[in-house]
Amino acid sequence: MCRIGAIKSTDYFHPSKALLLMRSQQKGHDNSGFAMIMQDLGGRFADYKDLPVLSMACTDKGMAIAEDILHKEGFVRVMQWSPEINFRDELDIQPMPNYVFQVFQYPRSFKYAPQEEKEELLVDMRLKLRKILEEKDDGYVYSFWPDVITLKEIGDPTDIGTYFGLWHEDRDFMAKVITAQCRQNTNYDIVRYAAHPFFLQGYTALANGENTFYEKNKNFQKGLYKGYIGFESDSQCFLYTLHYIHKILKWPLEYYKHTITPLPFDEMAKRDDGQALNYMRSSLSNLEINGPNTIIGVLPDGTLFNTCDAKKLRPTVIGKHNGTVVITSEVSGINEVLPDRNWEEDIYTNERETVVITNNLEVQRWQQ
Amino acid sequence: MATMRVNEISRDDLDWQINYSSDRCTMCGSCVAACPFEAIEAGMEKRRKVVSDYLTPEPKVEFKAVPVIKQKVDVYKFCRGCGVCERVCPNTAIKPVRNEDSRFTIKYRGTLADPYKRGGRANLSTGVRTLDKIRVGRISQMTDPSLDASRHTFDMLAPFGRVLPAEELPFMLENGRLKIDSGALPPMNWIYPVIIGDMSIGALSWRMWEAMAIATAYLNEECGLPVRMCSGEGGVPIRLLKSRFLKYTILQIASGHFGWNRIINSMPYMQELPGGILIKIGQGAKPGDGGLLQAKKVASHIQEIRGVPKTDLLSPPNHQGLYSIEESVQKMFLTFNSAFKFKVPVAIKVAASSTSVSVYNNLLRDPYNIVGGFFLDGILGGTGAANEVSLDHTGHPIVSKLRDCYLAATHQGKQSQIPLWGAGGLGQTGNLAADAFKMIALGANGVFTGKLMLQLAGCVGNDHGKCNACNTGLCPVGITTQNPTLVKRLDIDKVAENIVNYFLSVDSELKKLLAPIGNSSLPVGRSDCLISEDKAVADRLQIQYAC
Repeated sequence: MCRIGAIKSTDYFHPSKALLLMRSQQKGHDNSGFAMIMQDLGGRFADYKDLPVLSMACTDKGMAIAEDILHKEGFVRVMQWSPEINFRDELDIQPMPNYVFQVFQYPRSFKYAPQEEKEELLVDMRLKLRKILEEKDDGYVYSFWPDVITLKEIGDPTDIGTYFGLWHEDRDFMAKVITAQCRQNTNYDIVRYAAHPFFLQGYTALANGENTFYEKNKNFQKGLYKGYIGFESDSQCFLYTLHYIHKILKWPLEYYKHTITPLPFDEMAKRDDGQALNYMRSSLSNLEINGPNTIIGVLPDGTLFNTCDAKKLRPTVIGKHNGTVVITSEVSGINEVLPDRNWEEDIYTNERETVVITNNLEVQRWQQ
Repeated sequence: MATMRVNEISRDDLDWQINYSSDRCTMCGSCVAACPFEAIEAGMEKRRKVVSDYLTPEPKVEFKAVPVIKQKVDVYKFCRGCGVCERVCPNTAIKPVRNEDSRFTIKYRGTLADPYKRGGRANLSTGVRTLDKIRVGRISQMTDPSLDASRHTFDMLAPFGRVLPAEELPFMLENGRLKIDSGALPPMNWIYPVIIGDMSIGALSWRMWEAMAIATAYLNEECGLPVRMCSGEGGVPIRLLKSRFLKYTILQIASGHFGWNRIINSMPYMQELPGGILIKIGQGAKPGDGGLLQAKKVASHIQEIRGVPKTDLLSPPNHQGLYSIEESVQKMFLTFNSAFKFKVPVAIKVAASSTSVSVYNNLLRDPYNIVGGFFLDGILGGTGAANEVSLDHTGHPIVSKLRDCYLAATHQGKQSQIPLWGAGGLGQTGNLAADAFKMIALGANGVFTGKLMLQLAGCVGNDHGKCNACNTGLCPVGITTQNPTLVKRLDIDKVAENIVNYFLSVDSELKKLLAPIGNSSLPVGRSDCLISEDKAVADRLQIQYAC
């Protein structure tokens, strides 16, 4: 079982808050890893919001290979930061030699390129790097996207926090949205790519549970978009479906829920968009899920949401206090991070619901 | 001493021998009256008996002529083993017994220079059915709880009609809601994943056909199961064409076009659109043989409904005038789509074959998006009449071919765009739900079933040569005959009830299989939930091998 969490705030905050959120749920996961994605970055990355950040764990050779490839494509590095490493023998972690976060300027030829072309370029580059580094296990490219940082490692989450110095608040390393998960994927091989959250072109998803329609989802998604690769975890499918519905088909977020857990036919017919839902169900039956899952997602504009499968309902709870909203698997996590909130206002997402947190922290409950 | 005629057919040559016990027989005549094949007759036999009717033994020999029931030994009138004589005999004095040493079909061909014909399905067994070598081996537990089959709600419907890729759906946004922008979407209906397969009036007695239609209507209107029944190629009663129940019927057209004159003439009076159109190109039980209704079954009402004289009715194994798949798509599909104003899904049925994947690929790539279903029929399907050589020696098993088609579509990212429906021996061992579930997990959207409906109606035949006389027009239980006396044997209300009950149990059993794999909707292509203990089967179907 894994535990997932997301924090969204109107002010920048440090990842130690995410570690705190997850540590109190320690009994619910197997302490086999920690992964997080920071979006809407502050601190030392605040001045580079439009430029892609490469998040990579690699060997020295891997770093050189990546640099060569990016330079050849015309990317120019404008900033680089690596977390300070606190190595101690007793720490339970299987670290890579280097963790780098590099900010790049787009190639000159893309100066006037439309946004979409730049977005495709970033995906192409990430896939290229991933493929080459994978050949000799020289590194893992987690994300290459503006205003986004990803860190994933195998080991005990507390120790991983210690190793990267994440327990100490640091105003130079902050974000407004952080999603985190504390477990390596134990259903399949333990590989770094298998750890949630997953990220693609501004979209983030992390999930708890088991995707019993994994094979159907995967077989269908493989042919939909070049970035739908890996599938090291059955939860990657949730990200790809989100990306497909919202980014490629350009349907409103509401229809993500309708795609993964369609309404029963008789209820569908009662809605004014019932006919569209009917056709949607036939065309996207391969993207349905049958649970048990709860999914936390982040959209490129920073909107945070949570939804569940329609039958088995892996639990999540949503709490809010002042300028912070937290979504997580167990209420103990929220108690830790938002001890002063009114817990009576906590939301436990139901089977037909999508709970959406907008950028001004308005919490909306959409019923399917 | 009698002459021994070596070359004449003898009792020992027959498939079935009558086991008759004259000391139990009361000569009531029921068996002779009941046997539709005239395979038995009353006769006299000379008996020698030693009797003594004095106080002291004084044996004497008497010869008597006693009445008996005798089996005919003839290539036209012979016992089919249906067992109707045994059923009607009040004293269990008579029954057919299988003759292991039969040479009947050799004698038949040798005498008549005619291919041996029969009904039923392939009798040449090649071993355990593939579906019986597959189990549902993924049991949800711990991380993925099973569902409760009786408590949870399940959505077990399948698409019938062309499914567009999501990018091609003509959606527009209106107040944040998706709406359909134009009416140009191909028609698509959600129906129950088991279709009652295409058996015509003519092949079946009108009463049997009617019983299936009644069961279909009842399942829809009273049980909430949107089951569809395909008419077969033999016309449809005008009353049904003009009724609201037409929406539950899929109209079939095959190369004989039988009955379509009436269907077309009824179109202006239709209250409801038919549930679909199924163009039959081939049939799994007898590929290459074409449809066959022998003249003896073309009774006056069949002549009327089909618009034909009394003669052997042959639907050629190919559609005259169609020379390519492209042409087929353009001519037939466009014709039928336009006839019903593009509001009725049009699907195609072919016999499973080594070439099925090519055909399916061609249809998947059809640019008009008008092929609404690919019905693939395997070798173990049944038929009302066929040459035995076709039944036993031609055809292709359904399971691997269905899987191949699904994987071919998946390879192109086109799975489910043309829904796959499979058939051919499903439910042969009695459990249609298990077969359907496995087929669906291998990639079928749904299945269709025919012969099983006849068994529910009381068909006494089996796949070991019992009865198999559907072609003769003399069906002993009134299912595949047009003889009014024989048809009266069929209690159609009981038949409809049996079919409805069977579907209700299939529905429960499908849920019983969905529950352990933790799914509430059909697991189309979820082959990860299947295992096989047969390595060859597992490898061929790309499912997990277990031992």
